[in-house]
Amino acid sequence: MRIPPAARRRLGRLAPLLGLVLLVLAGCAENYPQTTLAPKGDFARAVDTLFRSTVWWAAGVFVLVEGVLLFAIFKYRERPGGPEASQFHGNALLEVIWTIIPATILVFIAIPTVRTIFRTAEPPPGDPLVIEVIGHQWWWEFRYPEFNITTASEMYVPVGRPVDLRMRTADVLHSFWIPQLAAKRDVFYGRDNRLWFTAEEAGVFSGQCAEFCGIQHGRMAHRVIAAAPADFDAWVARMSAASAPVPVFDGDSLALAGQALFATRACVGCHALRAVDPPPGLVGPNLANIGGRLTIAAGSLPNTDANLARWLRNPQEYKQGVLMPNLGLSEDDIRALVAYLRTQRVATLPPALAATP
Amino acid sequence: MATTAVEQPHPHSGAHARATGVWSWITTVDHKRIGILYGVTAFFFFLLGGLEALLMRWQLGAPDNTFVSPDVYNQLFTMHGTTMIFLGVMPLSAMFFNFMIPLQIGARDVAFPRLNAFSYWVFLVGGLLLNSSFLLNAAPNAGWFGYANLTSKQFSPGLNVDFWVIGLQILGVASLAAAVNFFVTIVNLRCHGMRMMRMPMFVWMSLITQVLLLLAFPVITVALILLMVDRFFGTSFFIPAGGGDPVLWQHLFWIFGHPEVYILILPAFGIISEILPVFSRKPLFGYAAMVFSGALIAFLGFGVWSHHMFATGMGPVADTVFGLATMLIAIPTGVKIFNWIGTVWGGSLRLKTPMYFALGFIAMFIIGGLSGIMHSVPPADLQQTDTYFVVAHFHYVLFGGSVLALLGGAYYWFPKMFGRVLGEGLGKLHFWLTFIGMNLTFFPMHFLGLNGMPRRVYTYPEGLGFELWNRIETAGSLVLGASFLVFIYNIIRSRHHIAPADPWEGGTLEWSIPSPPQEFNFPALPTVYSRDPLWEQRRTHGAAPEPTRVSGQGIHLPNPSFWPIVTALGIAVFFVGFLLGVNLWVILAGGGITALGIFSWAFEPAG
Repeated sequence: MRIPPAARRRLGRLAPLLGLVLLVLAGCAENYPQTTLAPKGDFARAVDTLFRSTVWWAAGVFVLVEGVLLFAIFKYRERPGGPEASQFHGNALLEVIWTIIPATILVFIAIPTVRTIFRTAEPPPGDPLVIEVIGHQWWWEFRYPEFNITTASEMYVPVGRPVDLRMRTADVLHSFWIPQLAAKRDVFYGRDNRLWFTAEEAGVFSGQCAEFCGIQHGRMAHRVIAAAPADFDAWVARMSAASAPVPVFDGDSLALAGQALFATRACVGCHALRAVDPPPGLVGPNLANIGGRLTIAAGSLPNTDANLARWLRNPQEYKQGVLMPNLGLSEDDIRALVAYLRTQRVATLPPALAATP
Repeated sequence: MATTAVEQPHPHSGAHARATGVWSWITTVDHKRIGILYGVTAFFFFLLGGLEALLMRWQLGAPDNTFVSPDVYNQLFTMHGTTMIFLGVMPLSAMFFNFMIPLQIGARDVAFPRLNAFSYWVFLVGGLLLNSSFLLNAAPNAGWFGYANLTSKQFSPGLNVDFWVIGLQILGVASLAAAVNFFVTIVNLRCHGMRMMRMPMFVWMSLITQVLLLLAFPVITVALILLMVDRFFGTSFFIPAGGGDPVLWQHLFWIFGHPEVYILILPAFGIISEILPVFSRKPLFGYAAMVFSGALIAFLGFGVWSHHMFATGMGPVADTVFGLATMLIAIPTGVKIFNWIGTVWGGSLRLKTPMYFALGFIAMFIIGGLSGIMHSVPPADLQQTDTYFVVAHFHYVLFGGSVLALLGGAYYWFPKMFGRVLGEGLGKLHFWLTFIGMNLTFFPMHFLGLNGMPRRVYTYPEGLGFELWNRIETAGSLVLGASFLVFIYNIIRSRHHIAPADPWEGGTLEWSIPSPPQEFNFPALPTVYSRDPLWEQRRTHGAAPEPTRVSGQGIHLPNPSFWPIVTALGIAVFFVGFLLGVNLWVILAGGGITALGIFSWAFEPAG
């Protein structure tokens, strides 16, 4: 097929636009664990439904207006011997029409918007599980008043039961965000902010702090683990039993050495090892069940022995500015501490979820 | 950049020869020279802000990258935002305010020429002071929005936030002084027959911008004073442990911050509304609607600030009010876009470089406007706010909008300002690199934001699916960077291409006088009878002959003065005193110099 040069030129100019469309299509195909576009909770789903309807309106307007613009550019280009420009100053009727049409579209966007605003502002339905969320530079603390459990960076919730988050900060502003389950809400000092959601299916959901909170805002992540009710109850039972550090076997001399180090070095001044009634006022994250968690360093590093050792060698290396100083531990000390922390395993991921990354 | 073209003697220098040399620039009160000073300085800062962006993009090009440290990254994004807004886009608009407003309204200068010089010098010292923090590795690092209580002494003990507070305070003085000046200039100095509804659209949008500046900057000034006393004198306006409220800062900041967005975009609207008619060979479509929609955008712009704060949990009523008010802004903005298309429609389009940028502006601004509507839906914003989706949105309006318009304006008015024409081929190359580069850089940010990448993070881990888009964006940012090299090369090359008075067959008064204009602008002040006086003249009398340079004997012009720069330096010294651990002697010395400057200025013969 022979394409006339003028048409070829036009097609060439459309290329960037086509490129954009391809980018859009590719964007939906990949797998994003922190996505807002694949809701697994009622709150996130309400938001997503509303957002999608807005996107369709926007897409329609985009195609129409950009189309008219491109058409005008091609049609009215100056050509030798072409017509003179028509000298009109406006058109009152047209101007009224293109004021009314966008206004009407906005009404169609506004009605579901207001409805969703009021629906999501209502208190959570049913008998919710209350979880206190406390932002710290740069990690999240979670407390379950119902079970008297305190933990950090990993929040367990039961599938199907509404969760009522009461959120505040211990220092500067943060924003708690679980994209697939709810949305985000800023946290302030001295007043509780609320957010609620009901997880629709079991899974490990990523989130991270969304309000700039200082040097390590970029590595202030967390996981929400939605577990089947029975698995959640099992987790609660095990954590409730963690009213003291997990005892170490007599024969495990390395871990015993680590236990001694934990008690005599700076560790114990900032970190508690029990989930129930931890001493108040500790500035570091609660480390009960640290041996059984998915991640360390506020949801940033997989919880492997190598990563624990790397962290203990110098926390400032991976997370510059973190409040935990370089303790100057020897390699022997580090090995012992890793062995000890690994014994602090109370509850691990339910087998049904263990396959999830 | 432009100095190469400027400091050469002009080939057409007439009898009214200009003073030359550094001293003449330091003491100048000529609005055209001050405009060029604004332009050169702002372009330098703009390139600096662009460099900061490139460093950030390089850092984010790969997961867990360690190209820059977290603290340096935080300094970079804070300074990128602060620089682009206060030292780049605003003063680039001010360049056009300075150079073009008097020419377009047929005036010899602005209403207060020495105040104009003062504005520039204060802007310069403010910008230099802000950036000097890099030399101490203490550049501001709490974001351009400086949310309390991270900015408190407890959580930001270093000089970083002090530099930010003081730099912005100084820049606010410059903006307010300039706003008073241009407002009075436009209201009082229009030539005969230049009724309000005959003013060029750029002048109209500039006038509305000055109103926004006058009403918005006092709010940030108050907020910054409160923050200053919190930091320097231990009060606790924004410190919750002391009974203060960090949310108060957010309200004050956005009561300023949202109108500020329109301060950045309305001049761009004005520039586009100048370029489109000239290159479509027909009048602006719906002049009155353009004026009123601009005013309405500005008015509504003061009632939507809390849409930046939906995530703070204001309650459903406030969410509804601010969400719907925000949606309303889409209506006058839509009217503008449709009227621009109406201007193109039925025209005979001359696709020169300024027109490329103007049409590119419309295409990109539509995208930014539509993502803006998505943010006006409060529940959806609860997912989008503080993610890259927002970064995508405001880069489409600020880069795709303001910057493309400013570049279009630069190509359009460069001949008038410097008497040289920029190359068409290089100009189009510049446009396409900018257009492709910006879309590669900013479009994928939509996907990243919706897929969970928050803003202001110095890195991201592997496995969240962020790698590919970030790599594409980094590549795009390099294209964008290269486009500005082409622009700079084009400016350098323009030395050899002398511009006529009216290279584009424009309709407004600035094209009736030689390029560059003589010091007094108009040998005799013009009288106009229509919106496009030159087109009117062309229709009735045919094309005007090339205007000649005349002696200008007996034309009264204001005297040069060095008191504006002295006063500006006094203000700088005053504020530096706070940076030096609240050094009372330095503060008093600065206050003394400022007082001396103002006093001498007041009693100096103006001309």
